[in-house]
Amino acid sequence: MPRYFTEDHEWIEVDGQTATIGITDYAQEQLGDIVFVEVPAAGASLAKGKEAAVVESVKAASDVYSPVSGTVTEGNAALEDDPALVNTAPEGDGWFFKLTVSDAAELEGLMDEAAYKDFVAGL
Amino acid sequence: MNAPNMSGWKPGTPQAPEGSDGVHTVTGNRGLMLEEPLVFEIGNTETTGVDFPSPLTLAGGAGGGPDTGSGSTPTADSSRVREGNRLGGLDRSESFGLPGLSEPETVRHYTRLSRQNYAIDCGIFPLGSCTMKHNPRLNEKVARMPGFSDLHPLQPESTVQGALGVIDELAHWLVSLTGMAGVAMSPKAGAHGELCGILTIRAALEARGDARQVILVPESAHGTNPATAAFAGYAVENIPATAEGRVDLAALEARLGPDVAAVMITNPNTCGLFEREMKAISDAVHAAGAFVYCDGANFNAVVGRVRPGDLGVDAMHINLHKTFSTPHGGGGPGSGPVVLSEALMPFAPLPFVRKTDAGFDLIEEEDDAAAPQSFGRMAAFHGQMGMFTRALAYILSHGADGLRQVSGDAVLNANYILRRCEDVLDAPFGATGPCMHEALFSDAGFAEGVATLDLAKALIDEGFHPMTMYFPLVVHGAMLVEPTECESKATLDQFIMALRSIAERARAGDESLHQAPQLAPRRRLDETLAARRPVLAWEG
Amino acid sequence: MRYLPLTDTDRAAMLDVIGAPSIDALFADVPADLYLDKPIEGLPLHASEMAVERHMRALSKQNLAAADAPFFLGAGAYRHHVPASVDHLIQRGEFLTAYTPYQPEIAQGTLQMLFEFQSQVARLFGCAVANASMYDGSTACWEAITMAGRVTKRRKAILSCGLHPHYVSTAQTMARFEGHGIDYALPTLTAETDFAALADKVDGETGCVVVQYPDILGRIGDMTALADACHAAGALLVAVVTEPVALGALKSPGEMGADIVVGEGQALGVGLQFGGPYLGLFAVRDPRHVRQMPGRLCGETVDAEGKRGFVLTLSTREQHIRREKATSNICTNAGLCALAFSVHMTLLGEKGLRALAAENHRLACLAADRLAQVPGVTALNEAFFNEFTLVVPCDARQLVRDMAGKGVLGGVSLGKFYPDGQGRENSLVVAVTETVTAEDIECLAATLQECLA
Repeated sequence: MPRYFTEDHEWIEVDGQTATIGITDYAQEQLGDIVFVEVPAAGASLAKGKEAAVVESVKAASDVYSPVSGTVTEGNAALEDDPALVNTAPEGDGWFFKLTVSDAAELEGLMDEAAYKDFVAGL
Repeated sequence: MNAPNMSGWKPGTPQAPEGSDGVHTVTGNRGLMLEEPLVFEIGNTETTGVDFPSPLTLAGGAGGGPDTGSGSTPTADSSRVREGNRLGGLDRSESFGLPGLSEPETVRHYTRLSRQNYAIDCGIFPLGSCTMKHNPRLNEKVARMPGFSDLHPLQPESTVQGALGVIDELAHWLVSLTGMAGVAMSPKAGAHGELCGILTIRAALEARGDARQVILVPESAHGTNPATAAFAGYAVENIPATAEGRVDLAALEARLGPDVAAVMITNPNTCGLFEREMKAISDAVHAAGAFVYCDGANFNAVVGRVRPGDLGVDAMHINLHKTFSTPHGGGGPGSGPVVLSEALMPFAPLPFVRKTDAGFDLIEEEDDAAAPQSFGRMAAFHGQMGMFTRALAYILSHGADGLRQVSGDAVLNANYILRRCEDVLDAPFGATGPCMHEALFSDAGFAEGVATLDLAKALIDEGFHPMTMYFPLVVHGAMLVEPTECESKATLDQFIMALRSIAERARAGDESLHQAPQLAPRRRLDETLAARRPVLAWEG
Repeated sequence: MRYLPLTDTDRAAMLDVIGAPSIDALFADVPADLYLDKPIEGLPLHASEMAVERHMRALSKQNLAAADAPFFLGAGAYRHHVPASVDHLIQRGEFLTAYTPYQPEIAQGTLQMLFEFQSQVARLFGCAVANASMYDGSTACWEAITMAGRVTKRRKAILSCGLHPHYVSTAQTMARFEGHGIDYALPTLTAETDFAALADKVDGETGCVVVQYPDILGRIGDMTALADACHAAGALLVAVVTEPVALGALKSPGEMGADIVVGEGQALGVGLQFGGPYLGLFAVRDPRHVRQMPGRLCGETVDAEGKRGFVLTLSTREQHIRREKATSNICTNAGLCALAFSVHMTLLGEKGLRALAAENHRLACLAADRLAQVPGVTALNEAFFNEFTLVVPCDARQLVRDMAGKGVLGGVSLGKFYPDGQGRENSLVVAVTETVTAEDIECLAATLQECLA
C-alpha cells in the first residue's frame, strides 16, 4: 500500500478509498513525550490542509492537518488511554485517524518515503 | 484516573528513599527539611480548630424548633417563631469528607509546607518579566486597617468615602505617572486589564461604526496578548521583529490597513529592550485608524522616566504587583488598572469613582446617564481594593523622586549582570546597547546535550531561584534575568559568581547538570506522568 | 529610600563595570525629547513609614467598618469570623512572597496547598475536579459559560433571574463581544426560584443554564429536575455559589447534577476587603471535562527519586502555551486568597463547617421571624440559608441610607441593582452570619421600625 508524507510531518497510507493518517517518527521525536492526543470523531468531514487533530506534549500543543480531504471513518481510540503509542509506534499503532478519501488527485502533491527522508535531512 | 506510581514514597510512610548525600532517615525528614503529608491524610471529619458559642447541630427538617442556642434570644414573640429549619428539604445529609485539624496542627501543617517554598523573602528571585521585588510590610499593615479590610462593597457611599478616596488618590498617581487621560481601576489582574483595554478599543471602534477584525501582536509578546485578543473576538497576526530584537516598523507599516483594530506592544519589550521607534509606531498606527495597546508588564523599568502617554499609547494595563510591589502570593491575586487616552476614556468600563464637591460617587450600571458609552461591567464590585491600599502605600513611600530611583536602580542592576556575564553567556542583543530592567541570554555556546533547563536547575542547588526560561520565544533557550532594584550589590555579586560558574560547566558539557537540583525538597518532577495520568484531587 | 539597598558608592562602582557615565545614560534608547530628567512635578516626594501610615489611617477613619455597626450586608460578599491563625499563616513570607510555582522543586509548599485546595473545593461542591482558582465569582461564572460553549458547541446561555446582577452584567458585557446569546429576565418577587420555568426554556440550542444557589434573593431550590432537563437537551447546568458556607448545611450542586459549579470563595478566610481581591472557585462534576477547564491545575506526580510531589499540569490549555487558542486568557489566579480559604477550611473541617452553617441558619431564622414582626414588613422567602428578602413599604435605597445615618448597616437594597420602578426597589436583602448578635438583630428591628414610621 502506498504511503505518502507531508511537509508538516504527517504520513498517509492509502488502501483503495480508505486512508490511515498519523505523524512521523521525526515529528514525535521533535515533540518529546506525548501526553494527550485529540482525534476527530467518525463522520467528521475534513478539508486538505485544515486542522484535524491535536497532539500535546507537556509544554507544547500542535495541530495535525489532514493531508487530503475526506470523511473520517474512525479515530484511534487507543490513543486516549495510551498517548505514548505516538512515541513508541508513530507510524504503526500510534496512527491518528482513518478517512474515506474524497479526491484521490490531492495525493499527487505529497512526498514519497525517499523524498520525505531527503526533506527531513535538509531541516 | 489512577494515582501515578503507587510505589512513589510519600510523607508519613516509612522507607523514604536515601538522600542524594547518602544519608538515610526513616521519616524522610532531613533535619530542618520536614516532610508533610496531605491534610486529607492527617485530618478527619471529627476534628475542628474552631469553636462556636452554641450547640452545634442543625434542627431537623420536620419538628424540633430552631435551636435558640445558649446566647440571649431576641425579644420576639416566641409564638410566632416558626418550627424546623427553613432549608426547603435540601439538607446536606451525606458526609462530604472534609478533613479538619486543631489549631496547633493547622499552624504546623502550613508552616511546614511554607518551608518547602522559595520566596523573595529568602533571596533573589530573578524572574524576567515577572518582577519579583520586595513586598514592604507597611503595605500589609495598611491593607489590614479595619477601615479598609472590613468594608462591604455594597455599603452606602456615605460610609466608604475614605475607601473611594484611596481609589481616587491611586488613580491620580497612575494617570500622572503615565501621562494618560484617565484610568479604569476595576480589572482584577494583568490579563484582565489587557481584556479591558482591548474591549475599550473595540467599543470605541464600534461607536464609529468601524468593524475591524485583526489585532497585530509581536512574536515576542506575552502569551496573554494573543489569548486576550482572541478572547475579545479578534483574529491575531504576528508582527516580525528586527535582528535587534525590536518591532520591525517597516513590516508593521506594510501590514497596517483598514482591517487592523489595534497593535499590542510591550514596551520595554520582553527582550528587555526599549522600543526606540515607539512614537513612530504609534503615529503609523493612528494614521491607519487603529489604536495602540501597550502591555505595561514592564512599566517598572521606566516609571518616573518615561510617560507612555508621550509615546502615543492609547491603553496600557499596570500590574500593581510588578511595578508597585503588591505581593505575588504564590500566583495572585493581581490587579490590573488600565490607563486610557482621551479618545478611549468615554468607553471605559463600570464602575468608576467620580469626584464631586460633596465627596466621591461610585458610578455603576444604574447611572446610565453618567456613562452612556461605557462598554459595561467586567467583574462584580469595584476592583482589587486590598491591592490598591498596598500599592498606594508603596507609591507614597517612594514618592515621585523615589519611583524614578526605582527604575534607575532596576536598570542599573540588570546592566551590571549583563556586562559581568556576557563573556560566559551569549547575550543576543548585548551589542546593541544597554538593556532595560532585564538581561537576556541564550543557550548558544552550551555544549551539546546541555540545556537552559539544566542551568536553571543548577541555580536551585546554589540557593537561587532560577530566571525565566524559554521566554521570550524568539530567542533559543532564552534566559531572562530580572534582578529588580531591591537587590544589593553584594547579592548580585554572589548571584553572578554562581551563574558564571554554572555557565562554564554548561559550556564544558558537565553531565552532572542533568541531575540538578540535588539539594532541593524534591528532585526533578515527572511532568509527563502528571499530564498523562492526571490526579487533580485527593481520592483516598 | 528604605526599600533601595544600593548606595551611591555601589552605583558608581557598577556604572564603572558597565562603562556608562550615569544611570541616565542607560536609558539612551529613549528618545531625548521623551525622557524625563527629573521627578514629575506636582507629585509628593518620598515619605517615611510613619508619615505614610498616618496618611492611610486618616483615610481609613473616613469609613464605617463592618465591625463597628450592626451589620447585615450580603448579596455576594459575606462577613464571617476569620480565625487569627489564617491571617498569620498567609503572611508567612514563603507563601506571601513566592511566585507562581513554575519551579516545582522549590515550590512544593504552594503546590501541595493548591492540591489540597482543589480537593477541598471539589468535595464542598460535590464535584470531581476543581482548578487552582480564578479572579472571583463573577469572572468564574463567565468562564463557565464559555466552557459550556466549548463542550456543547452551542453559544446560548439561559441565566436564572436569581443570578447576582453583577454576574449578569459581566456575562452580558462579555457575551456582547464574543457573540454568545444571553437569555435573562429580571427577577420577580416570589418565594420560589425560577428553576422550573428555566427547565421549560431549555432547547436544542441551549449551551447552558446558569442558576445561583442560594440566589440573589436568598432563595434555594432543588436543581435536580433542571439538571435532568438540561442533560436531556444536551446542555450543561452551571451552578453559582456565592456563599460557600451554605454548603455546610445544603446539598451540593454536584449532588443534584450540576455539571460546572463555580463560586465566590471570599466568605471563607478572605474577608470583605471592599470587594477584592476575592476568590473564584471553579469545579466540574465529570472529569472528562477537565481539558476544557480554564485556569491553572495542580496535579500529583513523583520526583526522580520516587517521592510524591506536585506540579502545575495540563498547561497546554493555557495562554502561555496555546496563546490565541487557549481556553482563557487568565494567567494570575488568586493564590493567596486560595491559601486563606484552604487554611480556614482545614481549621473548620466538615464538623466545623456544619456547625458554622447551622449557626448562620439559626440566627437567620431568628432574624427573619423578628424582622417580619416590624409593621409593614413581610418576609419573601419560604426557604433560605443565611440571607432572605424583606418587602418594605417604601424605596429601600433611601431606607438603607437612613439606617446608615443611624449607624446600622441594615442590608442591601434591591433598588441598587434594579432601579426600574417595578416594585423590586421596595425590597431589602438581609444577610445574617455568625458575627451577628441577638442585640444586633434587635437593633435592626428597632431601627427599621423607626425609619419606616
